[in-house]
Amino acid sequence: MSFIATPREMRFAEPLPLQSGAQIRDYTLAYETYGELNADKSNAVLICHALNASHHVAGAYADDPKNLGWWDNMIGPGKPVDTNQFFVIGVNNLGSCFGSTGPMHVNPDTGRVYGADFPVVTVEDWVNAQARLLDAMGITQLAAVMGGSLGGMQALSWTLQHPERVRHAVVVASAPNLTAENIAFNEVARRAIVTDPDFHGGHFYAQGVVPKRGLRIARMVGHITYLSDDVMNEKFGRELREAVNSVTGYKYSTQDVEFQIESYLRYQGDKFSEYFDANTYLLITRALDYFDPARAHGGDLARALAVARCRFLLVSFSTDWRFSPSRSREMVQALVKNKREVTYAEIDAPHGHDAFLLDDPRYLAAVRSYFAQIDTAGARP
Amino acid sequence: MTQDMLLAIAALVPAGSRVLDLGCGDGSLLAYLQENKACTGYGVELDDANVHACIARGVNVLQLNLDQGLRLFDDHSFDVVLQIDTLQHLRNAEVMLRETARVGKTGIVAFPNFAHWPNRWSILQGRMPVTKRLPYQWYDTPNIRVGTFADFEVLARKNGLHISDAFGLQDGQRVDVMPNLLAGTAVFRFAGLA
Repeated sequence: MSFIATPREMRFAEPLPLQSGAQIRDYTLAYETYGELNADKSNAVLICHALNASHHVAGAYADDPKNLGWWDNMIGPGKPVDTNQFFVIGVNNLGSCFGSTGPMHVNPDTGRVYGADFPVVTVEDWVNAQARLLDAMGITQLAAVMGGSLGGMQALSWTLQHPERVRHAVVVASAPNLTAENIAFNEVARRAIVTDPDFHGGHFYAQGVVPKRGLRIARMVGHITYLSDDVMNEKFGRELREAVNSVTGYKYSTQDVEFQIESYLRYQGDKFSEYFDANTYLLITRALDYFDPARAHGGDLARALAVARCRFLLVSFSTDWRFSPSRSREMVQALVKNKREVTYAEIDAPHGHDAFLLDDPRYLAAVRSYFAQIDTAGARP
Repeated sequence: MTQDMLLAIAALVPAGSRVLDLGCGDGSLLAYLQENKACTGYGVELDDANVHACIARGVNVLQLNLDQGLRLFDDHSFDVVLQIDTLQHLRNAEVMLRETARVGKTGIVAFPNFAHWPNRWSILQGRMPVTKRLPYQWYDTPNIRVGTFADFEVLARKNGLHISDAFGLQDGQRVDVMPNLLAGTAVFRFAGLA
């Protein structure tokens, strides 16, 4: 049993201008905080979430003790990011389906549910929305911003959009942009959703249906890419779900679940389709695709990162092929070119991209020791 | 690295230098240079425990395999590149030496001198040396490149390196007379390659 977390909401009336040129107004951000903000408000740590996560970063709910935060192994009293020392903020991004304003909410301009009309939001837009939340809390500078995967992109973007507001950035299993292969996986997932007859062009809420088939396929594809070949072989291998009485054990069926890996993927897909929103999936994968801070600098990442001022901890995992170590090394190289303070840990772990959520002792120890070095005594001028 | 050796190497690094320490171990040399000589820079290290030790003492460390080269680093982007007790562990020791001279305006290399007289004596007796400086048995030593002070001079010449200082270290003391015989550690400082 972890500590008790309490979800909160903050309403923002003032329109937020978005990168696309659109804007969003009268929106709500769901967030949670853990630990105590110190007197000079210099011990705040912002946690940015990835595709399938939320503001519920750590702890458990009083009325739902099994619902542990997605990074509960990392954050909490005595954990690597120690809430006895730091004031940790988890915030749900705009467009999500876990509490902040998203496609399933009413558009104040039309009085109808947004659906497919929810504006396209980018990593930069999320960072600006998060900055407004910090403004409202009176926090001018973060001790650290931290995230994994898409969350790591937000952490990186913080250091470029608001360099003076960040003292440390912890960027885990992330990348400075998506490769073509990565965009391709996202596109397969999106096509699965939008071609589901229950999608109705994104306005399925009024029809009382959910494009579950599309969501299932999207999740199955995604799930494959979060694991490594090694860990899949170790976990499932070629094991059959139920061997029938024959020499091979095969059922000789094209449509029945035959292998354990099929059963596992179907289960993951089913579970996901019960709670995740189809429009949110489209929005978040697009935010991933669009993120590319070097693009405005002719593809020169070092030039893009020249504005960053903070210290960095980058972590990657050897078997992560979706956000591979070479992508983290690109960021290291760009930071070194700019003479920025950076530490880089490349963890030899078998779990693929998922490793950033797991309990590798070297990984947790590296984060713990890095945070132990962070000065919370006062803000940098 | 002994404290004596650390201080002897640190004395070669000008104050305020931007330093790249290849195979930085637990980061103690970089930490010393940061605290006492206002140096900045990074350590490069492969071993998990060493990387963790660096993080814990606030030294910037990059976990990279030196045998994959120094592609991350631009030409002459550091005032000093250190290779302290690193060379003997590298598969591509000669490439790394050239890379050190490419990335650094100055390179400093230190390694155990196998021609130190106790080692010679051991070999004369027909056995590979096992000493305080070389504590490993021949069958489990991590030192895959065993060379001498004199050998390095030849390798440096072959690679066109301009050696600006070369001496031995023994018990923390500089050895200028017959270092190949009288010093357990060989130290070379050389200019970067244009």
